Amino acid sequence: MTTFIPKNKTAVLLCGIAFLNLSLFAIAGEMKNEESTTKQNRIEIKDFAFNPQTITVKSGEKVTWINRDEEPHTIVSVGKQFKKSTALDTDQEFTITVGTPGTYEYFCSVHPKMTGTIVVEK
Amino acid sequence: MSDYISHDHEHDGIDRRGFLQCMAWAGTGLLWTVSGGVLASKTLAQIAKAEDSLPSATDLSFLQISDSHIGFSKEANKDVTETFKIALDRINAMPTPPSFLIHTGDITQLSKPEEFDTFDQVLKSCKTKDVFYVPGEHDVLNDGGKLYRDRYLKSVEAKGSGWYSFNKNGVHFIGLVNVLDLQAGGLGQLGDEQLEWLEADVKDLGTSTPIVVFAHIPLWAVYPQWGWGTSDSERALGYLKRFGSLTVLNGHIHQVLQKVEGNVTFHTAMSTAFPQPEPGKAPNPGPLKVPSEKLRSMLGLTSVQYKQGKSALAVVDSNLS
Repeated sequence: MTTFIPKNKTAVLLCGIAFLNLSLFAIAGEMKNEESTTKQNRIEIKDFAFNPQTITVKSGEKVTWINRDEEPHTIVSVGKQFKKSTALDTDQEFTITVGTPGTYEYFCSVHPKMTGTIVVEK
Repeated sequence: MSDYISHDHEHDGIDRRGFLQCMAWAGTGLLWTVSGGVLASKTLAQIAKAEDSLPSATDLSFLQISDSHIGFSKEANKDVTETFKIALDRINAMPTPPSFLIHTGDITQLSKPEEFDTFDQVLKSCKTKDVFYVPGEHDVLNDGGKLYRDRYLKSVEAKGSGWYSFNKNGVHFIGLVNVLDLQAGGLGQLGDEQLEWLEADVKDLGTSTPIVVFAHIPLWAVYPQWGWGTSDSERALGYLKRFGSLTVLNGHIHQVLQKVEGNVTFHTAMSTAFPQPEPGKAPNPGPLKVPSEKLRSMLGLTSVQYKQGKSALAVVDSNLS
């Protein structure tokens, strides 16, 4: 019986963390002027597309892509405005911290039909 | 339209005119010969019965393999190394061994050194030792193709990012690179430097010289919505259209697709790793999951034969089932 206790504890802990993350997301979404440096802007790569295709973020925030396809994808800035990713395999992530306000186009260099936009606001 | 297909040279009674005027989907073997735009076709089963139609030892035969994707381990094929081995077994079992192999790219899944290592190790079992390569986008993911070039261009005089040409038995072969420096929203591309080289490379060749061009991404607009085409391929084909026999071999789309335009024949090969959906027949071009018992019928290789004096190239696709 004792062997189950740690597992249960872990499960409870994981659930707690997951719930906490969801809570933080909800809070971050509402409190626009606060916690801007810790807000997670996530772009999911799925079915050979970036979702959302256009994302608006504040300067200084992080943007994270996660690849949910079975194909590798890359994140490459048009005009080399930010560092490019290495090839992301399934479930791999890539994060940048955005700087100067402006509009940044990017694409997947493996499948260049896949394009996306980051709008950085002050 | 200058497209025309005449066939039945061997009086085998096969009518594939409509079949080939459109795109031909061939899961099973199909042989066709091309001579100045005149085309004949035969099924693999018929070739097997008619041994005399195969080339003699003095003719040139070579084999195209493609899209081995070593390192891929997803649902569509959890053991791509094994299916690559099976493809090599098929080559080793051929009654007339091919003179050389052409690999039309995507050797690896993620351009990792260990994936290239596995490929090289498995390839050692192939009795045919000469292999000519062009890179796929999966082979140049993180370093612009440096690792690929260091390994696979030793036997050729490659220019630029890795293009080259060579001659065998009077046939001029051209390996092109169309997977580098791709532009946002675009297709495969050759680029000005390579195109200028191509123009100069064929300038002094007689029009009767059979030309074989090979590159990873199709050099014709198979399905641009999925990036299955090359933006500046028209310019390349412009330099080559004066030749009486032009055969274009591509990979990338993991299925056999054939098109004939006058004296130009386009052909894409099956993968040895996993199939991809027919153009537009799925939400995206990702790996196609098929029942395991069906997988090998959708993987394969392509044999190409040139009969001296006949100015004809024959292309045979065969699957691994």
